[in-house]
Amino acid sequence: MGRLFAIEVIYRGIFQKTLGTRITRGIVLAAHHEGKVGISFGRYGDSPERNGIPAKSFAIVADDQQTLEEGMAKYEPKEVDITIAVDDTLCKGVESWAWYGLQPVNKLLKPGGALIVTSLEPPESILEMAHRKEAPYQLAILKGKASFSGLWVYKDDHTDVRILGAIAKLLPDLFSLKSVQKTIIEEWKDPIKAESAARSYERVTTTTVKPNQGNAEVPYKFDLPKWHEMGEGIAIPCIPEGGAVQDPASLASGGFRPDRNPTFKKYTTRTMRPVVNFDTCIKCTLCWLHCPDSCFDVTPEGLYDANMVACCGCGVCEAVCPVKDCVTMVNEAEFANNASQWEDWRKDKDGYKVWLEDKIKTREVRSHGFRYRGQYEEQVPEMLEIAKQG
Amino acid sequence: MATATVVEEQRGIEKTALITGSEAIAVACKLADVDVITAYPIRPYDTVMQYVARLVSNGEMDCEYIVAEGEHSQFEIVKHACACGARVFCGSSGVGWMYAMEALTVTPALRVPLVCMVGNRALDDPGAFGVEHNDALTVRDLGWQLVWVDSAQEALDTALIAYRVSEDRRIFLPCAISCDGAFLTHSQALVKIPSQEKVNEFLPRYNRADLLLHPDNPITVAPQGNEDWVMEIRRQNYAAMERVSDVMREAYADFERIFGRSYGNPFFEEYQTDDADVVLMGMGTLSTPVKVAIRQMRKQGKKVGFVRMRWFRPFAAEELARSLKRFKAVGVIDRDYSFGSPYMSGVLTNEVRTALYSAPGPKPPVLGFIAGLGGREVTVPNVEQVADCVYQAAEGKPQPLTRWIGLRE
Repeated sequence: MGRLFAIEVIYRGIFQKTLGTRITRGIVLAAHHEGKVGISFGRYGDSPERNGIPAKSFAIVADDQQTLEEGMAKYEPKEVDITIAVDDTLCKGVESWAWYGLQPVNKLLKPGGALIVTSLEPPESILEMAHRKEAPYQLAILKGKASFSGLWVYKDDHTDVRILGAIAKLLPDLFSLKSVQKTIIEEWKDPIKAESAARSYERVTTTTVKPNQGNAEVPYKFDLPKWHEMGEGIAIPCIPEGGAVQDPASLASGGFRPDRNPTFKKYTTRTMRPVVNFDTCIKCTLCWLHCPDSCFDVTPEGLYDANMVACCGCGVCEAVCPVKDCVTMVNEAEFANNASQWEDWRKDKDGYKVWLEDKIKTREVRSHGFRYRGQYEEQVPEMLEIAKQG
Repeated sequence: MATATVVEEQRGIEKTALITGSEAIAVACKLADVDVITAYPIRPYDTVMQYVARLVSNGEMDCEYIVAEGEHSQFEIVKHACACGARVFCGSSGVGWMYAMEALTVTPALRVPLVCMVGNRALDDPGAFGVEHNDALTVRDLGWQLVWVDSAQEALDTALIAYRVSEDRRIFLPCAISCDGAFLTHSQALVKIPSQEKVNEFLPRYNRADLLLHPDNPITVAPQGNEDWVMEIRRQNYAAMERVSDVMREAYADFERIFGRSYGNPFFEEYQTDDADVVLMGMGTLSTPVKVAIRQMRKQGKKVGFVRMRWFRPFAAEELARSLKRFKAVGVIDRDYSFGSPYMSGVLTNEVRTALYSAPGPKPPVLGFIAGLGGREVTVPNVEQVADCVYQAAEGKPQPLTRWIGLRE
């Protein structure tokens, strides 16, 4: 038996689909230059994907065909040498639409394995999101914004090759930088990309994450029912209507909060979330009307509170809101919990105002999606600069 | 009655009418007070829709009668109506049945007790109207109950039984009643029409219960499931099909009690098997030439019997094997084909062999015969030829496992 390697790329569905594929494909091709064999595949249950939903691509590599088959016998690897998160907000966890519950981003990592994250955040921020693990592992941050490379657009900011270069450094038994560069020239025919891989190889550094260091939250999970416990006829009870909302300050009840799917929460499907200024809201109802996920709860006084159980972070509310800065989309990494903003505002209006102004001061461009043709081409030089400085 | 020729014999409150197999099914729909019927013409099934249309226009039957724009819609409409609590009926033939295939696959999965009639017809090409059983058999693995009848009387009675069994909450599976094109769909015979009172006693109202699609019972039907759910859902259908036999026996026993007509074993009919050396098998109307041939052969001292499979799904494998092991050899006449299947036999032959293989006790040789395709008549000499081969096998003379009968060669 030779050695078996498994690497997973966790990406945002649709937005980063091609990026995920290119990385796992590059891994297999680079390893093949060193006589290894491998396969690259996307998790079938993730497809058809939904915008932003956490999805996975895998590369399984082995010294020989028989060892590879040992790896292929488990369709989805049970443990990996390296986990790559190409969007740092994925460190909050992985909730695929094909199965339920929240998987920590580092769940499949072997003891001593490496988690590579593309992020502008420091390690401490990443570890506020990534759940605790009993065994130690390495954290490598590849400085950069979450790249976009979906079905129709490829933002060629070198994220793909930088990750390949980092892998060569972190797992030299898999392949060398030379093999990575050979692959880049063959596949992408771009010497500048080969240079980016080398720079990444040279500069990548890791932090050791100690046992039980990280996010203390117990990941949400539930048991799937047995066949005789399930309703027949593929019929499932509808979600109940819901009811009034209680004001934490006055204890008065009113408004309306729809009941929501108790087993599929959307905490990790967001890359951004709306932050609402309740002081300037004119109660026009537009956010509530347009939200495709009915995520807005109506408060007793007729305000609209984005409920994080249901919000996918699409940003429609921000787009339709007629009041300046009343709804602002903010990067998900900025938030430590999924608490109700309205309740915080009711409890302490001045404190909320300070919090809100701090959250919205950076005015980020949407991390996924674009507003006009050519927007990406404009962003690429900036990304490449970050990559160079990285 | 809606027919031109009605022989009204007063036997209690039961009437006797001269009607076709298709008309018998239409009468059953009327007696079952079916709520929604969809139709799209294809021969020979179209005779049913004509008779139902006449019943509706004469004011004898009250139902929603919808002519769809094709078979796919035809079967989808009744599927949805049935999910909303309506008793439904529809049917088709040959390639029409195939055009409805997507709707046919989802109907058992959604546990919809649709009862329909398949006027068996050869699948195109070539264009042909005559009977072949391959059309209805295409759904044999999907959770449909499948039955073949051989007389107009049996068609009527079986339709009532089909509603009773399919709509039982323990089952909730669709049922297709197969009637051989021409031989049954287009031939008039004297049929006893039971009284409405007795039918009401036999057949309770359809109660969709917890699966009713209605605003007062808010449910979502058929969401996306994927690998975490599909096996459990299929296992539920397996359990429902497993329960059919018992529910069927209850229904046939009640049928006999209320209507005074007995079908004996619900799953297959045995004819002159008590002392038989060898038996022939088949489904549908070929029973007539087979029975006549058997009577003639018995005059020559050949002890031949006949087992007519009535219910093909569920397939009463254990019971059939117990019966067949008494004989020296079995000859199965298939009005269908299964090209490339084991020994290139017909579908019924393959099922019979499978049933015997895993059963304890002696295993008589099973010879397959393909006959009567595309509506070709299965003649008495054809049957005698089959019986000769089976006798030879019984005497230990090797025989081909599959043979075509009545072919120009």
